[in-house]
Amino acid sequence: MTVRPPRDPAFTRRSLLLGGGMAALGVTLAGRLAWLSVFEGEQYRLASEENRIQLRLIPPRRGWIVDRNGTPLALNKPDYRLELVPDQVIDLDALLARVRAVLGLSFDEELRIRADIAIQPKYVPVEVARDLDWPKFAAANVQLADIPGLSPVRAFARVYPDKDHFAHLLGYVGAPTPEQYKATRDPMLIFPGFRIGKDGLERHQDRQLRGEAGARRVEVTARGKVVRELGSRGDVPGTTLRLTIDRDLQNYAARRLADNSGSVIVIDSWTGDLLAMVSMPAYDPNIFSQRVPAALWRDLQRDDHTPLLNKSAMGLYPPGSTFKMVTALAALEAGVSPEDAVGCNGRYRLGTNTWHCHARRGHGRVDMHSALPKSCDVYFYTFGRQIGIEAIATMARRLGLGQKYDLPLPGQAAGLVPDNAWKQKRFGKSWNAGETLNTAIGQGYLITNPLQLAVMTARIASGRAVQPRLMIDPGAGAPVFPSLGIAEDHLAIVRQGMFDVVNSGMGTARRARMSVSGVHVAGKTGTAQVRRITMAERRRGVLRNEALPWNQRDHALFVAFAPTEEPRYAVSVILEHGIAGGLYAAPVARDVLTYLYDPARALAALAPVEAEMRERVRARASARETADAAATDPRMLMPPWLHWDPPQPPSFEIEDAALPPPEREEQ
Amino acid sequence: MLTALINGPWARELSLLPWTIIAVLAALAGFGAVVLYSAAGGNLSPWALKHVIRFAILLGLALAIAMVRPQFWMKHAWSLYGIVLAGLVGVELVGGIRGGSQRWLDLGIMEVQPSEFMKLAILLVLARYYHFLPKGYETRPQGLFPALALIAMPAALVMLQPDLGTAMAIVFGGLVMLFGAGVRLWLFGAGIAAAAAAAPIAWTMLHDYQRNRVLIFLDPASDPRGAGYHITQSKIAIGSGGITGKGFLAGTQSHLDYLPELQTDFAFATMAEEWGLLGGLAILVGFGIVLAWGIGVSLRGRGQFERLLALGLTATLFFYLAINLMMVMGLAPVVGIPLPLISYGGSAMMTVMILIGLLMGIARDNKRPDG
Repeated sequence: MTVRPPRDPAFTRRSLLLGGGMAALGVTLAGRLAWLSVFEGEQYRLASEENRIQLRLIPPRRGWIVDRNGTPLALNKPDYRLELVPDQVIDLDALLARVRAVLGLSFDEELRIRADIAIQPKYVPVEVARDLDWPKFAAANVQLADIPGLSPVRAFARVYPDKDHFAHLLGYVGAPTPEQYKATRDPMLIFPGFRIGKDGLERHQDRQLRGEAGARRVEVTARGKVVRELGSRGDVPGTTLRLTIDRDLQNYAARRLADNSGSVIVIDSWTGDLLAMVSMPAYDPNIFSQRVPAALWRDLQRDDHTPLLNKSAMGLYPPGSTFKMVTALAALEAGVSPEDAVGCNGRYRLGTNTWHCHARRGHGRVDMHSALPKSCDVYFYTFGRQIGIEAIATMARRLGLGQKYDLPLPGQAAGLVPDNAWKQKRFGKSWNAGETLNTAIGQGYLITNPLQLAVMTARIASGRAVQPRLMIDPGAGAPVFPSLGIAEDHLAIVRQGMFDVVNSGMGTARRARMSVSGVHVAGKTGTAQVRRITMAERRRGVLRNEALPWNQRDHALFVAFAPTEEPRYAVSVILEHGIAGGLYAAPVARDVLTYLYDPARALAALAPVEAEMRERVRARASARETADAAATDPRMLMPPWLHWDPPQPPSFEIEDAALPPPEREEQ
Repeated sequence: MLTALINGPWARELSLLPWTIIAVLAALAGFGAVVLYSAAGGNLSPWALKHVIRFAILLGLALAIAMVRPQFWMKHAWSLYGIVLAGLVGVELVGGIRGGSQRWLDLGIMEVQPSEFMKLAILLVLARYYHFLPKGYETRPQGLFPALALIAMPAALVMLQPDLGTAMAIVFGGLVMLFGAGVRLWLFGAGIAAAAAAAPIAWTMLHDYQRNRVLIFLDPASDPRGAGYHITQSKIAIGSGGITGKGFLAGTQSHLDYLPELQTDFAFATMAEEWGLLGGLAILVGFGIVLAWGIGVSLRGRGQFERLLALGLTATLFFYLAINLMMVMGLAPVVGIPLPLISYGGSAMMTVMILIGLLMGIARDNKRPDG
C-alpha cells in the first residue's frame, strides 16, 4: 500500500484547468479533422483528383486540301516547336537563360517572346522556337521539359506548295486569338502550336478541316512528370477537302496575270465547277501561317495592287461593256427585233445632255448582230431606254448579278444591280432615264465582282441557272441546273454576237482569237472608268489612258466562253487599271482557255509575258527604293492579328450616274 | 538463481513503470514508421527503418532516465540550465563568426542543438525555482521577475537564431510553470493584453519569411504556388482521405509530390490521406492518453518540483502536438515543428523521449513508498 502524497488544491485546480484546455483543443482538432474529411471531403477529393489527373490533348491533324485531281494544295509537315504558357512560368529569366543555353536564342527572338508575353492574356501560348531539327528538339525534350510552363510540342505546320497562287482561295492558318478562345472555351484553342484557319477556305471550312482532338488522361506528379497513362481517346484527323479547282490551270492563270493586279476566273458551265479562281498579286500563305515579318506586312498593306484583297470575290468593278449581253437579252425578251437598227453618229442626246459612243465618228447603221461586236453604245442607249431599267435589272439578276453565291468563302461582295425601288430606298428619288442609259452600257450605279461576271457568262453560254461551286461532294454527282427560261434563239443571237467580237473583222477582241484548231472563243470586252473626269478636262479632251498614272487608268475586262460550238468553259478576266479590255484582258482569257486544250502552246505564250514583267519589276523596285522612307508604324510591333484591317474593296467615285460617261476607246 | 533473477530488486523497479503508456508510445511510433514506409513509396529506406531504430534507442534512453530520481534533476537543475544557456550563447558566437543563421553546435564528436534541450532545461530550472520560493511570493515582483528573466534569456537567444517555433515552445513551457506555480490569473490577463499591444512591434521585428507565413496563413489562396501551397495541399490531402482514407500506399498527394515535407512537418497529412479520419482520431486518442497520464502524474507529484515539472513536461509535449496539428489542418501558420513520434526527425523525437523519460521517473517516484 503506497501512501498517496498530499495534494495541493490550488495546483490541482490549475492542472485540471490546463488539462481541460488541452482536451478542448483536442476536441477542436478532432472536429476540424472531421470537418475537413467528412463535410468538405468531397471537395478535397475533387481537388486531389484535379491535382493528380491531367487531360493532355492530342491535337488532330488538319485535313488536306486537294484539287479536282487529288493534287495537294495544302498539307501538313511535322514541326518541332517549343512553346511556353506564361501562366505556368515561375521564372521567365531563368527559363529564357536555359533555352538560350540549349538552343541559342537570339536577342531579337527574346525581345519578341517578352513582347508577346506582355501583350497577350497569360493563358495564350507563346512560341519560343519553331521548326527545330530533330537533334535540337531531342535536346530540348531532355534538358528543358522539366521547366514549368515550357513545353516541347510536336505540331504540324501547314504547307502550301503553290504559295501565292492559291493564297486568296485557300487562305492561311494561324494561332487562335484570345477572343476566339474566350468565345468557345475550347481547350484546343490554347494548345501550344495549334492552328486554325484565318482566311479563305481554311477559315470557312475550319470546322471540317480541324478534326477532333484526342485526349490522354494521365497521372502526373507535382512537377508535371507523367507517371502513368489512365486512358486515351485517339484524335480524328480533319476531312480532306476536294476542290473543283484545277491546280495546273490556276497556276497557269496566276502566272499569266504576271504583275497585273487582277483576277481570272474559269468556270465549267456544265457543272458550275470553278476551275480557277485567281486573284493577283497575293501573299505567301506559308509565311502568313507562321509569323508575318512587320516589314512584309507593311509592304503588303501599302501596296496599291492590294495583295491582301481577294479580288475574285471581294473586288467590285463596273462591268462596263461586258454588261451589254444583259441589255441585249433584255431587249430581245422585251420584243425588240434583232433586225431593229439605229444610226450611230457617235452621240446620243437626252434632254440637254449628250451621251457619247466610244467611237467618236459613230458606227453608222447598227443592229443587234453588229451591236455587240462593235460594242456600239448608242445602240444600247436607244434600246435600253426603250425597254426601261426594270427589264434590264431583272435580266441582270437572272444572269446572276447583284447576288452572293453559296460558296465556302469568308467574304463575297454582293455588288449592285440598281433599279427604281433601290434608288427610292437609297436616295429617296425616282429613277430617271439618264441613269438607264448608263446602266445599259454597264456604268452608273451598276457594280459587279469578277465571280459574278464569270457566272453571267456561264449562264449565257449554257442557258442554265449555273451555280458556281468550289468543293466536290464525293457522294453527289454532277449538279443539274434548271433552264434560265430565256428563249434559245435569243441566246443564239447573243452568243453569235460574242463570237463576232472575237472572230469577225469588226470585233473589239480580235486578239482573243484562239490558235488551237477547231476551238473558237466567244467573248465581250469591257473597259470601266475609274477616275472622276471634270467637265473642264472633258472640254480639253480626255487624256489617253497610257499617259495617266497607273491608278487612274481604266479597268480592263473581258468575259468569254469556249468552245463556241458546244459552250462549256466560261472565263472572266479583270485587270485593274489595265487600260482596255480588248487590248490587254482578252489575250489573258485567250491563253487561259488555250491552256485547257493545249497546255504546251499556252505555256509558250508565258515566256514573253514573264520577260516583260521582270523588266517592269526591276524598274519599279529601283523607283520604290528611293521613295520608300521607312517610317515605322508603331502598330507594326504588334502581332498581325491585333492590327488586322480587313482589306476594303476599291471604291469608285460615281460623279453623277445620270450624266453620260466620258468617251472611251474600245479596241 | 533464476528465481532470484526474476524476483530481484529490478523486477520491482520494472513493475513501477507505466507499461500502458510505453505501449501507446510504441504504437504511435510504429504507426509513424508505417506512414514513413508509405511516404517513401513503400520502402523501408530512407525513413521508416531509421525511425524504428531511433525509437528503440531513444526508448532505452527514456527508460534509463526513468530510473533517475527527480531529486537528482532538482539538484542539478541550475547547472543544466546554465550549460544549455551557455550552449545557446555559444551558437550565437559561432554563428557570428561564421556568419549566417546558426542552430547547431559542433562539439567535435557530435552536433547538438542547444535550443532543443532548453525546452526541458527551462522546465527544470523553474520547477526548482518555485520549489524553494516561499508560498505567496509568486506574484510579487521579487518572485516574478527572476522567473521571467529565466524564460526571457533563452527565448531571446533562440529568437536570434532565428527559430520562432522553439522560442514559442520555451515561452509556452515557462508560462505553464508560472501558471502551475500559482501566479495570479490577472497577471496572465495583463500579459496577454500587453502582448496584444506589442504585437505590431513584434511584427516589425519578424523576418520577411515569417511575416509571409502569417499572411499566407490568413489567406492561403493569396499565394497558391508559394508558401500557401503547403497549407492548401495539406488540407487537400487530409480532406481527400475522407473517413477511411485512400488506403495504405494509395495516397496520391504524397506519392506524386503535391504534399511538401511529407515525411517531416506534414507527416500527419500523409497519414490522414491514406488512413482517413479514423487514422487521425487514433493518433489524437493515443496522444490524448499520454497527455492525460502526464496530467495525472503531475497531480500525484510528491512535491512542488515534481508537480510543476510533470505539468510543464506534459504541456511541452502538448505544445508540439497542437502546433503541428493546427498547422497541417490550416488552423495555424506554417511553423517548422514536426509531429513527435510520427514525423521523421531525430532531434524532436529525442526531446520528446527524454521528456517521457523524465515523466516516467516522476511517475515511478510517485508510486514509491515514502522513505
